[in-house]
Amino acid sequence: MARKRILIVEDSPMMRQLLTFALKRLKGVDIVEAQDGMDGLRKVTSDHFDLALIDINMPVMDGLKLISLIRGEDSLKEMPVCVITTEGAKEDRIRALSLGANEYLTKPIQANQVLAVAKALLKAE
Amino acid sequence: MSDEKKVFGRAEEFLTLFNQGAEFTKELLHENERLRHELLSVQDDHRQAATDPGEWGKLRHELLAQIDQLTLEKDNALERLRTVEAENRQFAGRYVEIEEENNNLANLYVSSYQLHSTLALSEVLKIIIEIVINLIGAEIFAVYVQDERSGELEVVASEGMEVETFLKIAPGAGVVGRAVVSGETFCGDTHGTQDWESPIACIPLRVQDRPIGAIAIYSLLEQKDSFTPLDHELFTLLAGHAATAIFAAQLYSQSERKLNTIQGFIDLLTK
Repeated sequence: MARKRILIVEDSPMMRQLLTFALKRLKGVDIVEAQDGMDGLRKVTSDHFDLALIDINMPVMDGLKLISLIRGEDSLKEMPVCVITTEGAKEDRIRALSLGANEYLTKPIQANQVLAVAKALLKAE
Repeated sequence: MSDEKKVFGRAEEFLTLFNQGAEFTKELLHENERLRHELLSVQDDHRQAATDPGEWGKLRHELLAQIDQLTLEKDNALERLRTVEAENRQFAGRYVEIEEENNNLANLYVSSYQLHSTLALSEVLKIIIEIVINLIGAEIFAVYVQDERSGELEVVASEGMEVETFLKIAPGAGVVGRAVVSGETFCGDTHGTQDWESPIACIPLRVQDRPIGAIAIYSLLEQKDSFTPLDHELFTLLAGHAATAIFAAQLYSQSERKLNTIQGFIDLLTK
């Protein structure tokens, strides 16, 4: 079975480390990290990914802008995107989902929750 | 003459074959007769058993004993199944507990790793803020550091409100001052009133018995209702590790300053 590639776009090194820790428990996945929206865009357009976990509040380019750019690109339209953010308001959730995010998780996150969502999105792809 | 011999030879062969066939048929008829007798004998036995109450009783007794044995075996199997199911449930519960513990340990490890990954005070404060936002889920909070000379607690980093909003606190004054003096974490009602005098939680930062400062949490993120057991573990971690990280960064910064001064003197003397 082909290995799955997951991109983590998050400005906090601590959160990147934690998410990587959690996702490494999935079998057959490779994890790539990006430190802001622009870095994420560069990586997602130059390589294939089966799932992207994106934070909203980031320097250089925020997560919402990145999601709208991803969904505007024909080759990335089907790539599952999960938002991981501190923004818990209903409007933020609706905004992210309407831009094309498949899932919306709020911090503080539970590793089990991230794993379950990642598994479901990788399977659904 | 030779043709005649051939015909006789073949006739003899046929006769031998015919005799063998006749012998085989006789054997079959004999066997058939024997089996017919046996069948009759078994039918007789059955008929006798059906009419003889003693035989029936024996058969019934044997069957009842067999039923008892099978019931016992079934009960034992059910009991074992129940035990195995209970063990399975116990293992599943334990697995969930271990998973949770594992996740908590990962959070604590990453927090500790990040806190000690730098000696720059600004970086340490940034990491403390990240831990409090991302792992504890606080919306408004402040990091107080104690001034060595005056002993006053001053906010050096905050989230949700500007640093200037927070007033200096005298040691022992209010919830924050008392937590710093006592060294005990304060955890109150999580539905706070955003009153700067009364945070919903205050974690004193200490290196051994030396107070360094405190982290005061004034409100939690919208999606967070209350503190979890992991939050309390993180409070303990922050109380020790954040304090050590701040203290080490302060010492490093002081030694850097002193080193620069000494270097300046040396440069002045050697020029």
